[in-house]
Amino acid sequence: MSNYQVDAAGGSTPPLSVRPTSSPLPDGGSSKWVITEFLEWFGELGIFFWRVVRAAVTPPFEFHELIRQLDEVGSKSLPLVAMAGGAIGIVLALESVQSMTRFGAKSLLPAALVYSVVHEIGPIITALIVSGRVGAGIGAELASMKVTEQIDAIEASAVNPFRLLAATRILACLLMLPLLTLASDACGLLMGWIALSTVEPLSFHQFIISGFKGSGFNDFLPPTFKTSVFGLIIGLVACFQGMRTRGGAAGVGRAATSSVVLSSLFVILADVVLVKFIIIFFP
Amino acid sequence: MSTIDQNTLKQQDNEAGHTTAVAVEDVYKSFGAQRVLNGVSLAVSRGETLAILGRSGTGKSVLLRMIIGLQMPDSGAVLIHGQDIAGLSIDRLSAIRKNMGFLFQNAALYDSLTVAQNVAFPLQHNEKDGSDSEQSDRVRQLLSEVGMDGHLDKMPSDISGGMQKRVGLARALALNPEILLLDEPTAGLDPISSAEIDDLILKLQSEHRMASIVVTHDLHSAKTIADRLILLNQGCVTAEGTFQELQASNDEFVREFLKHS
Repeated sequence: MSNYQVDAAGGSTPPLSVRPTSSPLPDGGSSKWVITEFLEWFGELGIFFWRVVRAAVTPPFEFHELIRQLDEVGSKSLPLVAMAGGAIGIVLALESVQSMTRFGAKSLLPAALVYSVVHEIGPIITALIVSGRVGAGIGAELASMKVTEQIDAIEASAVNPFRLLAATRILACLLMLPLLTLASDACGLLMGWIALSTVEPLSFHQFIISGFKGSGFNDFLPPTFKTSVFGLIIGLVACFQGMRTRGGAAGVGRAATSSVVLSSLFVILADVVLVKFIIIFFP
Repeated sequence: MSTIDQNTLKQQDNEAGHTTAVAVEDVYKSFGAQRVLNGVSLAVSRGETLAILGRSGTGKSVLLRMIIGLQMPDSGAVLIHGQDIAGLSIDRLSAIRKNMGFLFQNAALYDSLTVAQNVAFPLQHNEKDGSDSEQSDRVRQLLSEVGMDGHLDKMPSDISGGMQKRVGLARALALNPEILLLDEPTAGLDPISSAEIDDLILKLQSEHRMASIVVTHDLHSAKTIADRLILLNQGCVTAEGTFQELQASNDEFVREFLKHS
């Protein structure tokens, strides 16, 4: 797609400017230039998002492609996410043993581990891993399609690329992130328990009972489902950066890099807001 | 189909009075400070092939992309069967594009799909009522028409540029378009492959009787396949007519262009 023609009302507008995905600052670049670029980027992202939403909720629906993307984002990220979750569980357990023993709070170890893994570490690590694997993949794939006119060919074949390429990928990220987070949490807790057991013998049943003692669904559901927002950010930013690329192989590289960098950054920033939101609405 | 038959059919179309498939009216387009199209107008009827000639960078491909709605003019109108495509949503444009086929300069085949899957792509996404076997038969028929029926399972990277153009042509014809747009169909091909592509376009044109617009640098190809030619210079239509009419032109640019082509 060579241009973004449709405005919020669905009618055509003059195409938005298409520029390199990550433009270098001009020599002696002014702060005004940076602010303008920043605001333009957000404006274009907003229009892109609106077009994707419109495409996603109107038929024909691309179920086949959605299932392919669920597999691509979900099952193919699972081993990586599980390993990362497990590793973090071990590190957290070993670090906590040291510090909590020092403060005489050894009995709180399982609860501290469960709380930190499920509340924060699991969701954010999962999102950052997916941002790296999936964000880069989507950004590079769509950018490559863009520079070789394959996206134009899709459009010329009377198929809406926002529906086929963007909506399916974003939806897959949005749906898969909570499930991957659950897997990451489970691996983190399991490996954390194993690590704790090497220091101080504790049955898994005991670990779970004391870890989840006094906790309700409000402690676990909001932190898990906030990752849907992370999935939305990763999918949206990666699709946007990919589909606006130009400039051949260098453009593809820029799109892949900027997809990961921007989506990771926005995930962390969104986490700040969502943590506050969860504290207020799910005390 | 003989030339006389074709002429008779064209005459019937003309008599029916609804033949203008594509009309471009006073179109302007600039990229930054550079004006690429400067008030271009043209019209193509059903069954007619128009070749657009001109030097590199004169906006030929931009004009073709505007006709299918991949780019929009700064001013002027592009009418497909009388409907202005400016201001249409992407889904409404898609409905119009179902009657159009587009061959990209570099074929733009989907590199992760096989030859057969590339041709099946428009069918799978636009003719969802058809069964898999019907679509498969149609793909075989299209690839057979372009002489690629022995390469169904090959990847685009495993076939030559000329073969990619053929596959791209088969894909462009998948939805039985009434309008066919060809961007440099013979560019980068050896003379034999170019002649084969020209013959193929002529054959398809006689069988399907579409309104075709061909952007090309290849004067020989344009002379072979086109009923009418237009020559763009500095964003304007400098000359228009049959090859013989262009040859007889006294315009200095036309004479220069024909001399060096």
